[in-house]
Amino acid sequence: MPSTIRVRATAGGDTTEVQALVQHPMDSGFVKDASGNLIPPHHIEVLEFEHGGKAVFTALWGPAVAKDPYVKFSFKGAQKGDDLTVSWVDNKGQSDSLVAKIQ
Amino acid sequence: MFGAKMLRAVFATVGVLLLGLAQSAAADSVNPQADFKAFRDYFTKRFPNVPLNDFVNGPYSMDADLRKQWTAIEDFPPYQFALDKGQEMFATPFKNGKTYGDCFANKGIGIRQNYPYFDDKTGEVVTLELALNRCRQANGEEPFSYVKDDMAALTAYMAFTSRGKLFDIKIPNDPRALAAYENGKKYFYTRRGQLNFSCASCHVQSPGEHIRTEVLAPALGILAAMPIYRSEWGGMGTISRRFVTCNSQVRGVPLEPQDENYRDVEYYLSYMSNGLPISGPGSRP
Repeated sequence: MPSTIRVRATAGGDTTEVQALVQHPMDSGFVKDASGNLIPPHHIEVLEFEHGGKAVFTALWGPAVAKDPYVKFSFKGAQKGDDLTVSWVDNKGQSDSLVAKIQ
Repeated sequence: MFGAKMLRAVFATVGVLLLGLAQSAAADSVNPQADFKAFRDYFTKRFPNVPLNDFVNGPYSMDADLRKQWTAIEDFPPYQFALDKGQEMFATPFKNGKTYGDCFANKGIGIRQNYPYFDDKTGEVVTLELALNRCRQANGEEPFSYVKDDMAALTAYMAFTSRGKLFDIKIPNDPRALAAYENGKKYFYTRRGQLNFSCASCHVQSPGEHIRTEVLAPALGILAAMPIYRSEWGGMGTISRRFVTCNSQVRGVPLEPQDENYRDVEYYLSYMSNGLPISGPGSRP
């Protein structure tokens, strides 16, 4: 299985810009399928970006976030070549993580 | 003397009349080259500031604000997951050991611009989606749904390997090919549905105009970015999906995906886009 996470982190000046795309159905639990049954909630609860053992961005997500979510943010204190760890956990306990090099 | 002169005049008049008849007959007959020229001239004259190759970017060629958002989105395109999946599927052999590549010229790489084509053996238009499912069936696999998911992933990868190649649709001098072309053209310009819209009502008459919050794409080059990730759909869709949705949006009854009429429309529209670059997979609002 290829990773569900795509991330690009670019250091420029004193900040690092991060963009990420996560593949996830993000079912809210309020939508019905074609035969009228509720699709049970299935969404990411925590998305975290870690640099040097410290969380630089944490998102607590719920049913209102769209399918295949996209995130963009920037933070200070990283160098080119550093590792950035991205991880998520959803309400069913499934998870995925990825280590990316800052460019 | 006078008699001979008059006779000549009569002959000349008859000649002019015959010429007139011949001309009107030409206008009624199928003439793809003339249609192509008229179609392209219409768009280039109506949108003189849009570079020809930019028409394939649909609504983004018409609206500066949308274009800005799109440039940012393309930095991290939403079709990426489908594209990766398509690449993997394409490389994975069937149960019999053959691959998709074995069904196509050049192993299926960089050939999107040649589809659809007219198959002179079966006398019908073959689209890329149809060819992919036939390839699966010939190798003992179940066909895919034409509208999304697997089919969109495969065509996304095949379009990606053909990016920048120019549409090269051929209409052979075969009455069946010309009939398919003409049928596609007719379907494109025929009004249908409760709203009484033809494909052309939106995409020829009104490109660049807003329909609710959407900006209508020009028909010129409209298939070059297929398949597309549409935010409205929350996922990928193929050319089949686009035709089916267009029909239901005008409150008509859609045909089955890959119906002969849809394939003929695809043939017509792709021919009209000859010379324009493949830009798929694309993303649209």
